[in-house]
Amino acid sequence: MKRGLKTQIPFFFMLLPGVIVLLINNYLPMFGVVIAFQQYRFKDNFITSLLTSKLIGFKNFEFFFKTPNAFTVTRNTILYNLAFIFLDIVIPVAMAIMLNELRNKMGAKLYQSIIFLPYFLSWIVVSYLAYSFFSFENGFINKGILGPLGLEPANWYFEPKYWPFILTFFHLWKYTGYNIVVYLASIVGIDGEYYEAAVIDGASKWQSIRHITIPLLKPVMIILTLLAVGRIFNADFGLFFNVPKNMGTLYPATDVIDTYVFRALRNSNNVGMSAAAGLYQAVLGCITVFSANLIVRKIDPEKALF
Amino acid sequence: MSKRKFRLANEISTGSNVVLNIIFVLISIVCLFPILLVIAISFTEEKQILLHGYNIIPREFSIKAYDFVLSAGDAIMRSYGISILVTILGTILSMSVITLYAYPLARSSFRYKNFFSFFVFFTMIFGGGLVPWFMVYSQLVRIRDTIWIMIVPYLINGFYVMIMRTFIKGSVPEALMESAKIDGAGEFRTFFSIVLPLLKPGLATIGLLSCLGYWNDWYLPLVFVTKRELFNIQYTMYQTLSSIQFLTSGSANFAELGKVLSDLPGESARMAIAVISIGPIIFAYGFFQKYFIKGLTIGAVKG
Repeated sequence: MKRGLKTQIPFFFMLLPGVIVLLINNYLPMFGVVIAFQQYRFKDNFITSLLTSKLIGFKNFEFFFKTPNAFTVTRNTILYNLAFIFLDIVIPVAMAIMLNELRNKMGAKLYQSIIFLPYFLSWIVVSYLAYSFFSFENGFINKGILGPLGLEPANWYFEPKYWPFILTFFHLWKYTGYNIVVYLASIVGIDGEYYEAAVIDGASKWQSIRHITIPLLKPVMIILTLLAVGRIFNADFGLFFNVPKNMGTLYPATDVIDTYVFRALRNSNNVGMSAAAGLYQAVLGCITVFSANLIVRKIDPEKALF
Repeated sequence: MSKRKFRLANEISTGSNVVLNIIFVLISIVCLFPILLVIAISFTEEKQILLHGYNIIPREFSIKAYDFVLSAGDAIMRSYGISILVTILGTILSMSVITLYAYPLARSSFRYKNFFSFFVFFTMIFGGGLVPWFMVYSQLVRIRDTIWIMIVPYLINGFYVMIMRTFIKGSVPEALMESAKIDGAGEFRTFFSIVLPLLKPGLATIGLLSCLGYWNDWYLPLVFVTKRELFNIQYTMYQTLSSIQFLTSGSANFAELGKVLSDLPGESARMAIAVISIGPIIFAYGFFQKYFIKGLTIGAVKG
């Protein structure tokens, strides 16, 4: 046994740097969720502060749920994620099938590269792109489209009603190429003999897509969807914080749990409530991930996350 | 049925092919247009912007914005340098940490691999949230306002460990590692001289993913960095755009207004900064797209 343990020692050395980073960056904050139940007072360092701060039970949560924001941000987070989950299946699957059918393979490669490109830009750059469209004074839409048509310029950054569409557009713009890669890989992996048999039986293109491609893509679609459902309480902070430029007038349509938690900490310095809102999100998220994973494991144990 | 005949029967008609191509040309335009717009603005003479707004074709071509950014933009050049430094250091370190972590998880002779797999994957499911995380770096491991705060938090993540572990399992036969051990090589020797050379494509994938992550990061400086000389390029861009908002929202008083105005690059210069920040990505994209796709495909299969 002792000899056996000795063979394991080099492995421990290899794991060490990663373990240290995970402890600091992930596990210490997990224990730090106690803050949500405390009236946090700083003393010497984070750990002694945690040990000496007064426990106040669920006061911070009460405070958070009494604000009307709790409902708004939860609703926004869920609704946007539902829309994204639906569109992230329909659009990329359709595009992947279409790309796969193109007869000019060089063209297909080029289109795929172009659609994938936005994935590589940061949300800050995307917020610049959005600004160049929607700026009131100089924006392309006001000056380049509405102006010449004789229409009134719109004050995009002050009108919440436009933003569900704008945010959805930029989400799709950035991630569709990424999702296509995943689905295209599955389509390419489908055995050509199925299609050959379909052709012999006189099936049309539509029929072979409906009865071969889509059913064979179903497992991937289901699993990606369930994993996304598991993250339904986590919003894409970059999108919701940067693209609407953190404009207060737009909050009814753009504020999500993550941006709310961030502002509560940074702008109002409300440590307790911010921690409570963050923990509320983490616990709900954890429950949904576990449930989603349970379902994935029922369908295909190989694809389960754990 | 012969291969050729099958191919002909299975192909879409010429008409459909044309229609599909038209659809994809339109989609490509939608994808490229916003980027082209920003590039066009950066090459437009400032006066024309003030008169006619942003346009996709510059009314008057000018490279003044780039001149300004490259000569007068001291803060911009420094933030560019910070981004390069963080990206290089971060990528090298995170590749090492991730590969060293993934290797024991891929070895069947490592007895505690279930525990350590769980140890990293659990962090993908549950996190303490922003507040305790913020407190750890500002009140315990005090690396706020140093270059390390932009590196350490991204050194390891479950998704990349998963990609790497899958890659090692798929490309290095267990028998090879066992035979090296029988020949008397220690685990470290086996890892460095036998396993590592076989991992080049996997390392390229992980390296590029983390390179992209570091280069595009603005979140860590947003949360932790207050020192101006440590701002990276993304965060400098963020600051610029939010100063404009500050001005147009009318909340600035007169004294502040003067100060902010004098610091602020002009319309076209701002867009030139954005173009300069995406330059290296577009450049690398052409060369390395296939590694990205490979990595994402491996990762997507599991997780």
